[in-house]
Amino acid sequence: MRNAPRWTVPATMLLLIALISACGSGAPGATAVPGATAAPGATAAPEATAAPEATAAPEATAAPEATAVQRPEPVADSEPLVIYSGRSEKLVGPLIEQFSAATGIQASVRYGDTAEMAALILEEGDNSPADVFYGQDAGALGALAAAGRLAPLPAALLEPVDSRFRSSDNLWVGTSGRARVVVYNSAAVQEADLPTSIDGFTDPAWRGRIGWAPTNGSFQAFVTAYRVTEGEDAARNWLEGILANEPKVYEGNSAIVQAVAAGEVDVGFVNHYYLWSFIAEQGEAFPARNHYLSGGDVGALINVAGVGVIATSRKAQAAEAFVAYLLGAEAQQYFSDSTYEYPVVAGISANPALMPLADIETPDIDLNDLGDLAGTLELLQDTGVLP
Amino acid sequence: MSAQRSTAPRPMWRGAGMKRVGIPAWLAGSGVLIAAALSLPLAYLLMRALSYDRALAVLQRDSTWNVLAGSVALAVTTAAASVVIALPLAWLTERSDLPGRRIWRILSVIPLVIPSYIGSFALIAVLGPRGAAQQLLAPLGVERLPAIYGFGGAALALTLFGYPYVLVTVRGALRRSDPALEEAARALGDRPWQTFMHISLPQLRPAIAAGALLVALYTLSDFGAVSLMQYDALTRVIFVHYRASFNREAAAVLGLLLVAVTLVIILAESWTRGTARYFRAGAGAIRQQPPVALGRWRWLALLYCALIVGLAVVLPLGAMLGWVVTAVRYGTLAIDSLVQQTINSVLVALGAALACVIAALPIVLLSVRYPHWLSRALERLSYIGYALPGIVIALALVHFGARYLPALYQTFAMLVFGYVVRFVPEAVGALRGRMLQLNPRFEEAARTLGDDGARAFGRITTPLLAPGFVAGGALVFLTTMKELPLTLLLAPNGFATLATEIWSASSEALFAHAAAPSLVLVAVSILSLRLLLRES
Repeated sequence: MRNAPRWTVPATMLLLIALISACGSGAPGATAVPGATAAPGATAAPEATAAPEATAAPEATAAPEATAVQRPEPVADSEPLVIYSGRSEKLVGPLIEQFSAATGIQASVRYGDTAEMAALILEEGDNSPADVFYGQDAGALGALAAAGRLAPLPAALLEPVDSRFRSSDNLWVGTSGRARVVVYNSAAVQEADLPTSIDGFTDPAWRGRIGWAPTNGSFQAFVTAYRVTEGEDAARNWLEGILANEPKVYEGNSAIVQAVAAGEVDVGFVNHYYLWSFIAEQGEAFPARNHYLSGGDVGALINVAGVGVIATSRKAQAAEAFVAYLLGAEAQQYFSDSTYEYPVVAGISANPALMPLADIETPDIDLNDLGDLAGTLELLQDTGVLP
Repeated sequence: MSAQRSTAPRPMWRGAGMKRVGIPAWLAGSGVLIAAALSLPLAYLLMRALSYDRALAVLQRDSTWNVLAGSVALAVTTAAASVVIALPLAWLTERSDLPGRRIWRILSVIPLVIPSYIGSFALIAVLGPRGAAQQLLAPLGVERLPAIYGFGGAALALTLFGYPYVLVTVRGALRRSDPALEEAARALGDRPWQTFMHISLPQLRPAIAAGALLVALYTLSDFGAVSLMQYDALTRVIFVHYRASFNREAAAVLGLLLVAVTLVIILAESWTRGTARYFRAGAGAIRQQPPVALGRWRWLALLYCALIVGLAVVLPLGAMLGWVVTAVRYGTLAIDSLVQQTINSVLVALGAALACVIAALPIVLLSVRYPHWLSRALERLSYIGYALPGIVIALALVHFGARYLPALYQTFAMLVFGYVVRFVPEAVGALRGRMLQLNPRFEEAARTLGDDGARAFGRITTPLLAPGFVAGGALVFLTTMKELPLTLLLAPNGFATLATEIWSASSEALFAHAAAPSLVLVAVSILSLRLLLRES
């Protein structure tokens, strides 16, 4: 240090910074190169279905009536399709690579939490570089639609999907279904002893035995559904009834499944597929199983992960090809095989480990009616479920 | 610098017979630039909150204030507990002949790189009511352990993963403090503990306060630990608004509340600083001190170090290894190559560390050498980003970046800029502690001998500040390695780091898969620290 020339330290630092940012800004073209990494679990996808849907889609795009929204000028195909994904790379990375391989459309993907990716698009506004939003739940898609950030999709494209699983304005479409279930500790509880309705858990017999995650988006969608089907007062009563049973609060679905298996609580309110990723990692001996509520109970709500095209996208055709791909046989089979979700188009059956979608006695709810997120938050805060 | 604070609005350092020196233009200029950059989150929050017609309704909820009180209580508790844990560790690893001192020095800082989310999950997996510890104790008839959740669990997790802030700042101060003072006290008849209480501890006060401040603000901004430990902190409420109703306005109102709390805490900290001087008046050399012989106490000291490192490092890593073993047993583990992610992590962390110490330098120079209300305001401003949840800062930079800097938006440069806004106080704290120990007369002497201000700064001040650069840079490096929200929202598309890999796996409950990048994160951090510490 003694003989160090005076400006060495600051100068080296500046130089390094400049170097690093130079390397860094050269790199961001990191597009998903098809087949670059091994796609675990993707091998099961049938090769025979060489994505006919994807190629058919762009032709069906014959500009929908609702072109009130001004579509920006399309850009050259050399730029990759920018996807903001609220679903993790582990789950959908292989699928996006298959999409690129099948269609030749390169994709550049940003992964994050669904709500945060939605907030990102809202914050970017008209300057959003995103072409597609692929989210974990219908609530986030609804919020983007309500803020005018989504462009209408061609009606023909959405036709194969049950109308309760897509936007009534064609602004987004569900791509895979997830059922609300009650996960229970199979050592502590017999399935026969479980209530058939979510209301049954307000019984004092369940005191201290319930786990839930009130901050979780899927749970909140369920509460919204409860408000819509049974009314505001009934929803309040249910929440207060559960609160009286001193439920344990968890951070999310995985934490609940983990706690149920560990015996911290006996039952938990979750989405169906978390259990299966635990079983996949830890084997059949994993001491928890799913219980489906019946009789059209709101506790058996089916929500979706879904996709929408950003209003400012200049690659609408490629974006719609991606939507088409997700609704095609190859992707639907992938959901069934690899993510344990329910396919949403006819002809692809759910994973044999699951109860078939047709056998779930689901409530009669349209996901379009679950838009009042603010009302649900208010109720949750009012009842003291959330701070 | 005079002993009393001046309120006169003129730049100065004063001393008997010294000529007054104005703030050099480059310093003032960079100060203004940095202030502008650091006010972006605040500007964003104000803009969002003021456009919200129900802002008052949010503030009028009782629960908002209860949660705020809970957050403050948690912050104060973890800061205090961190000081208690870190002081002995710092002394043992810096001043004593503790066996294996070098390795303890590194291991005891490692908890900084463990993301609070992963660390808390591991704590719960081991110490939870039915965790691994209970399984061990089951033969003794232990059915379940007392619940770890709530205030206790959150405070435990945040203390274990936050105490290194105090450790690093205190260690830096210990290393550079002048042993002659302590020797004088001993020579005058003080016993060792009296020397510690009367001489060493007061000398350490700025370092302790700076470290405790970082822990308190880290606690305020944390989301991972409080959400897993089920403790209602203000960050949870902020997230609830983002997640439940995509309401950025309500979240901004709460964010401003967090800023207000931060200001109060910062003022409290600067009050503890007082007006004391920490450099010695006469000539004096900083030299290596002979380590204090622990004698028989060394076993207790070893036990203490092992306990802390065991809880904060070995336990989380052990839990992760456990997940890996489980997955291997069921043949479900597929470890992807982590080479690119590791390189990316190290690159962004290095970039952030360098950028932060550079940005911190003008802040510290201004506040220490040119005490003025403006320079103090700048220093306080730098702490605001630190107490805000990462997502708030990320969205603020997204807002301004996407609109006004589209060319830089989603580039590496923008990401590093975001880290500076978030982490610069770590460098400020470390650098400030070092700066306070520098006698301004060194620089003055250089000038008297003919150097101009810049030369004096380059030849004298910068080399003397080196330990502060290293300590501050190391802190920023480690915290950037685990940073998540900014990385997810600001990085170029497809830019994956070890932290995003961990998040990606754990968000799908693939904990075995989260373990591999976590272990790499810790290994890389240990290696980097070894390099860094050897340099100093």
